[in-house]
Amino acid sequence: MIRSFLIPLLLACGLAQAAPVLIEDTLAQRLAACTTCHGKQGRAAPDGYHPRIAGKPAGYLLHQLQNFRDGRRRYGPMVALVDPLPDSYLREMAEYFAGLDLPYLAPAPAAESAAVLERGRVLALQGDPAKQLPACSACHGAALTGVLPAVPGLLGLPRDYLTGQLGAWVHGERRALAPDCMAAIAKKLDGGDLVAVSAWLASQPVPLPSKPAVALTQVPLLRCGSMGALP
Amino acid sequence: MSWRKVLLVLLALVALALGAPTLLDRSDAVADNMRPGTGTPEQIERGRLLALAGNCATCHTTRGGAPYAGGRAIGTPFGTVYAGNLTPDEATGLGRWTAEHFWRALHQGRGYDGRRLVPAFPYTEFTRITRADSDALYAYLRTLPAVAQPNRGHELEWPYGTQTALAAWRLAFFRAGPWQDDPGRSAEWNRGAYLVNGAGHCVACHGGRNALGGTADAGFGGGLIPSRNWYAPAFTRAGEASVADWPLEQIVALLRDGVAPRGRAIGPMAEVVMRSTQHLPAADLQAMAVYLKSLPVEAVRASPAQPPLPAVMEQGRQLYRDHCAACHGDAGEGGVLPGGAPAVPALAGNRTVTMDPPANLVRAIALGGFGAVTAANPRPFGMPPFAHVLRDEQIAAVASFLRASWGAQAAPVSAFDVARFRGGED
Repeated sequence: MIRSFLIPLLLACGLAQAAPVLIEDTLAQRLAACTTCHGKQGRAAPDGYHPRIAGKPAGYLLHQLQNFRDGRRRYGPMVALVDPLPDSYLREMAEYFAGLDLPYLAPAPAAESAAVLERGRVLALQGDPAKQLPACSACHGAALTGVLPAVPGLLGLPRDYLTGQLGAWVHGERRALAPDCMAAIAKKLDGGDLVAVSAWLASQPVPLPSKPAVALTQVPLLRCGSMGALP
Repeated sequence: MSWRKVLLVLLALVALALGAPTLLDRSDAVADNMRPGTGTPEQIERGRLLALAGNCATCHTTRGGAPYAGGRAIGTPFGTVYAGNLTPDEATGLGRWTAEHFWRALHQGRGYDGRRLVPAFPYTEFTRITRADSDALYAYLRTLPAVAQPNRGHELEWPYGTQTALAAWRLAFFRAGPWQDDPGRSAEWNRGAYLVNGAGHCVACHGGRNALGGTADAGFGGGLIPSRNWYAPAFTRAGEASVADWPLEQIVALLRDGVAPRGRAIGPMAEVVMRSTQHLPAADLQAMAVYLKSLPVEAVRASPAQPPLPAVMEQGRQLYRDHCAACHGDAGEGGVLPGGAPAVPALAGNRTVTMDPPANLVRAIALGGFGAVTAANPRPFGMPPFAHVLRDEQIAAVASFLRASWGAQAAPVSAFDVARFRGGED
């Protein structure tokens, strides 16, 4: 008698308790793993360390995912996440974040002197022919918002991230597909120039439209392995 | 000198006294009138599948490197071992090897020149591979593009890499001999046992290892994977990875899809599913499932653990509510897609949550991960990493809360455990 009550009751409780959360079948939900570092919708703000990924060219994002997986970039948390995912899923991740068109926050104010920032501006927009340093804008677009399909924008990123990446390139901790142009360029930067260009880039607002340029307006100065189309 | 070294040196002295290196652990001679050969298309295809079953490419390929060209560093408690080049390059790979040399390597753990190989190359298991399968594997490897990449010498502490130490080790922990079918079992069971214990070398992780790294008589009692800090759970414990009470098709699903109703592959097992088991023929997966399901289950240990302190429990409850419940549910029910397909694992009743050591729970919270990408699950839901969001002591509180909630009664996790288990090689 008791049992005939108890079993339906327990079942009812069990079912009520066991009702699982309804999860949306979207890439946004599947890629929630990216958001504890790169921010909600991949739009990490410029006040932290982790770079924003929303709106970056898909080819650039795919290359970076492959670089982490294949040992050309070293950052333990990223390697742990993407190893050993196949290109098929990495490409979907890249295309998802590339397709997000979201507003940018204002840059963090620069702590460097006006002279340092001016040196940074010159390096970014004109380069330094004496040191055989091309301007950033020669490859990353006149507005520095990147160039499709695979050259990233340089604005809207944390200063520490920019400094960290240039430093990693100098020391071989960050590499790109050969020919690795950025490694060659970074190795020509002395410490002062590296800080100056990072600080100036991090202090610039992202212009509107903020999307990457469709193509370079000039013949690229360098032929880089990372510039190519989506593999 | 560490106790491990003392143990091995003593073992080596005994072995020397017994004449082990010259008398007891002799190498078969390889006929020198043989030439490297080519296989039939059937052999090559059979060898390709065996290479997948053995997951050879994972150890024998560096990150982003040419497949099977070797060079990957394998961390062990005895030093670093570098996998060899298996491509048919004449100077640096297996170009000069004949099928005889290859058989002797798998079956006896000997290199081209007859020297004893370090047992990070799992010849303790590959010795069970039949001669026909060895020849098939050889035939397949001969078809790979030759890659000139010199092998790198192992960086082992003395005396682990010496021939005398290896002779002693082999005397204690290695018996050469191909797999013998158990006539009392079905052909399917025997096929499964052959794959699991031979090419699959599952025991290399799931058996744990003795103090000198031996897998002999290890059974499938589980073990912490050296240098990676993931725990390979025991096949023989109901609270770990036993599948004795799973339907066969669910065991197959775990190996093929990486997800099954009562478990999923994470960490190194997700790599195994992606690189190895998902590619195996359905009949072989079925055979492995039959064998795994037949493994005996040890009696469960008796007393439930002490619950965490109330303050820790409360801290864990709050952190769970803030960071985990949106996907895993207020009561650890997990999440499903609108059609009912499982998306986010339930934590109530989840064996990864309660097993000891709690390495995999700590690593899942700290590092996150996507699990295996397979044909049935091409876009797995990713678990976010929390190592940079929560302090060790907070991760410990969440883990302790999970291990004492919804019927679970596993011991609390300390911040020290978190610090210990979240590190390790990528």
